[in-house]
Amino acid sequence: MVRVEFLGPIQKEALELEAATLHDVAAALQNDAEVKDWLESCAVAVNDTLVKSLDTVLKSGDKVSLLPPVCGG
Amino acid sequence: MLELYEGPVPVEEILVRWYKEEASSNYGAYIPFIGTIREEDEISGLSFDIYEPILESWFNAWQEKAKVAGAVLKMAHSKGDVPLHTSSYVAAVFSPKRKVALKMINDFVEDFKASAPIWKYDLKDGKRLYARDRSTPISGSGLLGE
Repeated sequence: MVRVEFLGPIQKEALELEAATLHDVAAALQNDAEVKDWLESCAVAVNDTLVKSLDTVLKSGDKVSLLPPVCGG
Repeated sequence: MLELYEGPVPVEEILVRWYKEEASSNYGAYIPFIGTIREEDEISGLSFDIYEPILESWFNAWQEKAKVAGAVLKMAHSKGDVPLHTSSYVAAVFSPKRKVALKMINDFVEDFKASAPIWKYDLKDGKRLYARDRSTPISGSGLLGE
């Protein structure tokens, strides 16, 4: 199982999913009405490192974080 | 050095302390940037969420970049609510010469705006409203929507 966390303004509790790569996470979240609309604008981190490929391999215990658009300062 | 504060950042204390910290480091230039909450659109203040693990790694990467240029970067930011006319952000570069510091503070603040995992909310009519229109997707966003 991997843990998927939603950061900042995405009001959603973390999820636990079975996923071998980020493709599986994408497929699960695209079917989730609460979070679907955020996906186009979110960056993704695995274990607190930003990643850029859906082929990123996941193992049990990994943390996947969704980072919506930012505005510090 | 990265400092996070609940509420406004104590600007005067920070600027003086940083000045003293580097007083004998032989830097010719100290260029701070201070971000202060302006009155606009009837807000009573701003509020911030921060994801600290990625903010720290982003800041550490910038520290390395500064080191290569012979400079030092420092930054302080608020978490939670920050009222009007107080400050939520202080960043500064120390470097041997001003040109390096001026360019670096500009590049650093630009990248901070585009990449630092901080989310801003307007405080208005007792509500905390995500400032989505003023926010920027981090580079590489949209992966899960493909």
